[in-house]
Amino acid sequence: MTFEPKIVGILCNWCSYTGADLAGTARITYAPNVRIVRVMCSGRVDPTFVLHALRGGADGVLIAGCHPGDCHYQAGNYKAMRRYELLKRVLDQFGVEPARVRLEWVSASEGERFASIVNDMTDKIRALGPFKEAQG
Amino acid sequence: MQEETKQPGTVTLNVDGISTTADRGTPLLEVIRGLGINVPTLCHHPLVEPYGVCRLCTVEVVRGRRRRLVTSCNYPAQDGISVLTGSDRVLKGRRMIAELLLARCPDVKEVSEIARSLGVEKSRFPAADEKCVLCGLCVKVCRDVVGAGVLTFESRGPGRVVTTAYGGSSDRCIDCGACAQVCPTGHIRMVDESGLAVHHEELLLGPNKAIGIPFMQAVPAVPVIDRETCIHFKTGGCGVCSEACEKQAIDHKAQDTFVEIEVGSIVAATGFKPFDPAAMAQYGYGRLGNVMTALEFEQLNNASGPTGGKILMTDGQQPESVALIHCVGSRDKNHHEYCSRVCSMMALKYAHLIHEKTGASVYDFFIDLRCFGKGYEEFYNRLLEEGVFFIRGRAAEVSDFAIYEAERGKLVVRCEDTMIGILRRIPVDMVVLMTALTPAAGVESVARRLNLSRSKDGFFLEQHPKLAPVATPTDGVFIAGACQGPKDIPDSVAQASAAAAAAISLSVRGQVQIEPVTCKVDPERCAGCRLCNTLCPFTAITFDAGERVSSINDATCKGCGTCAAACPSSAIEARHFNDRQVLAEIEGVCA
Repeated sequence: MTFEPKIVGILCNWCSYTGADLAGTARITYAPNVRIVRVMCSGRVDPTFVLHALRGGADGVLIAGCHPGDCHYQAGNYKAMRRYELLKRVLDQFGVEPARVRLEWVSASEGERFASIVNDMTDKIRALGPFKEAQG
Repeated sequence: MQEETKQPGTVTLNVDGISTTADRGTPLLEVIRGLGINVPTLCHHPLVEPYGVCRLCTVEVVRGRRRRLVTSCNYPAQDGISVLTGSDRVLKGRRMIAELLLARCPDVKEVSEIARSLGVEKSRFPAADEKCVLCGLCVKVCRDVVGAGVLTFESRGPGRVVTTAYGGSSDRCIDCGACAQVCPTGHIRMVDESGLAVHHEELLLGPNKAIGIPFMQAVPAVPVIDRETCIHFKTGGCGVCSEACEKQAIDHKAQDTFVEIEVGSIVAATGFKPFDPAAMAQYGYGRLGNVMTALEFEQLNNASGPTGGKILMTDGQQPESVALIHCVGSRDKNHHEYCSRVCSMMALKYAHLIHEKTGASVYDFFIDLRCFGKGYEEFYNRLLEEGVFFIRGRAAEVSDFAIYEAERGKLVVRCEDTMIGILRRIPVDMVVLMTALTPAAGVESVARRLNLSRSKDGFFLEQHPKLAPVATPTDGVFIAGACQGPKDIPDSVAQASAAAAAAISLSVRGQVQIEPVTCKVDPERCAGCRLCNTLCPFTAITFDAGERVSSINDATCKGCGTCAAACPSSAIEARHFNDRQVLAEIEGVCA
């Protein structure tokens, strides 16, 4: 049996969650590996959420928010971006491959884009293998 | 003892047999005119200290046995005098004065009219050819009222003239025109040195005065002073308006004041700014006299405007052919990519008006005609029947460079006529540029102050294009009109009505419903680091300096949770999305 990665998608309520919803209503086929957690804003994403997901058995984490300048709360996505840069350094020190945690911008009208990001991420993590095994 | 009824400072005198009272020292002329008796004057002006130089106001004053002729404009009212305004001696004197004035200025209408009213048709003295009566009103107005002191008398006796220092043009002259206004004979006139009959760029939106209502539909309709043109702010003189205002409402010392008003909601309707076509040098705006913007044309065409609604070129003639160029600065990747929406219909309106008022041939250069509204397409069809020439193609250039004989002295519009696929040169007399609508000046600071976001083109962004077209992400702030994007008057009115209704519905309800998704600080755990204070985009978090903890205002918090994510001591709980709930959810999906 081939390895199927488990990806936790933390999506902002206004753009990316709606974008993911659109992918569904538009009947776009994409990898079933992503499991979605809704938050009000990508600025709500505490880096510990990502660490918690990886520890809990996820093979990758996707954080998605509104495009820069489009934030419903004006600048939450910029705050997410700053935290993500710091988180990447911590993950690097922990030996986590950078492809496992991604920050993406998906607007409410980009169902297609959401699907292609999920497909791409699934392929890459599938190639990397399970997270727990990599950690030994 | 006789009863004293007179007020102190009041005098009783007799004018042509009528007994009257006046304040001591009032000029006789004022007393006489107050009784409805006519006295001719040339050099009298209410703004200027009486000077008694034209001497036409001569009257006879009788005190006891003494009789003398005086000028009434500067002779003070005194107790017990009798004044005769029409005695033989007075009339004889006035006729002589009129004869002398007529000899000096035989061609001045005002002088000959006064002379005729005194029965003088011809002067016995040799006629000169002067227009100035040397009344000196201009000199006094310039020095005492305006405060510029440019005009002065030169020489004495027969050689006396009014002139400027060294007879040349003066740097101190502020072009106020007060001298021309007071001149009784029309000797002083304002002259436009440019030689143009009409200045299209200077057609202002409002009356062309230093004090006035700024534009016709101004709210409140209260006059304001334009510091740039007001004489008082140039020389410290004048102040004529405050003397004329009976209510004493004019205060030149008034300063701008900031007024704080507490309101429940705000409607931003900051409008637009027309694109400055000087940025598109190919159209020659500012360089070629008869190239104008849509707004300048609108003012030219305005019935209450400076030309009385006549469509005139700079030489004062009516044009025989006019070009209308669409999309100047809009639908153009070099300037503004968006469509300004109103220009097509505005150009069609102008085409119709020009055709109707002047009978000129109208050439309309368009990319697309966007006749989007009710009755608009029908209007376009009507113009086709009226014989307006529609040319599909963006005008490439407007120049005054003639190649053919028909182009001499005209403006030439070059364009590609994409309907027939050839390049054309069209000579016209006048060019109107349909300029783009761009975000108003200062829109950045309004956006920052009201916490509004702007779309790529710089206009305010509505909360949702279909579901919340007048609301913004900031509760209680609404937008209406062209500040949200280019739109015409019906659309602006519709949007403004919606915004007003939305604002009223908030006030009428008397209470505000807020989302349950907000954040909360646990004061027990808050370390008072104030990290969250600056992070909050809605300034909902305030720091209590006494307790040394932060707290969140539920009414302004939107529940985005960025403070909860940042709090180093996990003291902030994002309600409905708290750490416990999100982590449990993550565990759940990972299982």
